[in-house]
Amino acid sequence: MSATASDTGGKFYGSTIGKKIVMAVTGAFLVLFLVGHVAGNLQILSGKEKINHYAELLHSSAGLLWGFRLALIASVVLHVKAALELYTLKNAARPIAYAKKAHRVATLASRFMIWSGYVLGAFLVFHILHFTTGQAHPSFDAHGDVFRNVTTAFQNPAVAALYVVCMGLVGLHLSHGLFSFTQSLGLSHPSYSARAKTLAKVVAFAVAAAFAAVPIAVLAGFVK
Amino acid sequence: MRTFALTLHVWRQKSAKDGGRFAEYKAPNVSEHMSFLEMLDVVNQDLIAKGDDPIAFDHDCREGICGMCGFMVNGSAHGPHRGTTVCQLHMRHFQDGEELWLEPWRSAAFPIVKDLAVDRSALDRIIAAGGFISVPTGSAVDGNATPVPKVDAELSMDAAACIGCGACVAMCPNASAALFTSAKIGHLGLLPQGQPERHDRALKMVAQANVEGFGHCTSVGECEAVCPKQIPITFIARMNRDFLDAVIHERPQSDRGGSG
Ligand code: HEM
Ligand code: FES
Repeated sequence: MSATASDTGGKFYGSTIGKKIVMAVTGAFLVLFLVGHVAGNLQILSGKEKINHYAELLHSSAGLLWGFRLALIASVVLHVKAALELYTLKNAARPIAYAKKAHRVATLASRFMIWSGYVLGAFLVFHILHFTTGQAHPSFDAHGDVFRNVTTAFQNPAVAALYVVCMGLVGLHLSHGLFSFTQSLGLSHPSYSARAKTLAKVVAFAVAAAFAAVPIAVLAGFVK
Repeated sequence: MRTFALTLHVWRQKSAKDGGRFAEYKAPNVSEHMSFLEMLDVVNQDLIAKGDDPIAFDHDCREGICGMCGFMVNGSAHGPHRGTTVCQLHMRHFQDGEELWLEPWRSAAFPIVKDLAVDRSALDRIIAAGGFISVPTGSAVDGNATPVPKVDAELSMDAAACIGCGACVAMCPNASAALFTSAKIGHLGLLPQGQPERHDRALKMVAQANVEGFGHCTSVGECEAVCPKQIPITFIARMNRDFLDAVIHERPQSDRGGSG
């Protein structure tokens, strides 16, 4: 191996750290979106008027709406692209697996990031077909009656369960992802590093629980 | 003195080209006072007496400071105990009748030399890429000419404790050398003498680690759990930050200064 560093040095995305920084930044943007998204969703608990009015507000500027959607799509694409590239590299880095391998401290969440990611990706596609475009919704109202679309969907226990399980995976993905984000961007300092792991879990599962509250509330008959 | 028996499943491989397989050995008279390597020495004496090939493993100081030794014991680098090399791992931690699986470090960047011994030159090449400071030689400067804050000196020493054994790579689910590389980058980058080459060092060492085929860091933390020197992954965060700073500040060589 006579290769030297000079031919790859300085190339940001060419390095594994560069790819991780891309994942961290896009992941963080998606998390910020999720926080805003869930805050919006919870308005359904205040009734039909409130949530439908909110949905109308979001659609009031096509420019803003599409600008934001494009940023989201770009983030998902870059996040997944880097994830797949790193996964390929990682498999090449250890072509022969251990016959026996212990896990000393690795959490379930940290070991299955790619798998929780795959499911989230599939969920994302379904979710858009379900509540945005309606192809996956048996009685979709395309005229903006979001309240009706959500309540009719979640009155079906199977659909509600699917959403709750997927939100569990969001919690799992972010419980490790939010900590890993601090590492990837080098946000490390004795004053908070020790707490970063706990904080990541708390934020992750709080977001997930807030999302899951909507299908649960509909199914339990609190929202109708 | 407690003595007991163990069953060993040891990875035997003649060379990098050989396929390799597990072979089973009995260690009937293990003393609790032996180190893990001494236990293997006894097994090897038996093999030699029988005219068999002894198990090859790397070692030198046998006091946990040189970084030569290391293999997997039941899927843990340097065995199941925290903060120790396998040469300093004592047999008192094991029980009669235990079965132990011994495997070499597994990484595409660490070709197997023989049995449990691997070639870790890839780590040396990461150091050679930038793990140094350039100083004009000559008479030594005054000891305290360059003040170093105590906190930085301590942190730098924590990183400098890395003995380059490769356990971090071996234990990492991605076979990443991030902990090793970050320790070497952090150890110099925390000191005033390391500042002039700080950015260059981060770029070059990180790039070299990639050239060698090590994987990426997923912040899982298995490396710090098995590091014999207990170097924390906060150094990896530091390396990532140095790398990012370096990318932002990168200038073409010709722009760096004139002839003056
Ligand atoms: C709602 C959508 C998603 C959000 C909010 C999200 C968020 C995050 C965050 C914050 C990280 C940490 C980044 C880092 O390690 O620095 C991460 C890591 C990761 N994400 Fe996602 N993610 C999402 C969707 C996906 C999808 C669809 C995939 C599909 C492949 C995926 C795969 C991964 C993987 C493999 C990692 C771990 C990277 C590593 O540890 O090296 N994610 N994600
Ligand atoms: S032989 Fe020197 S560290 Fe184990």
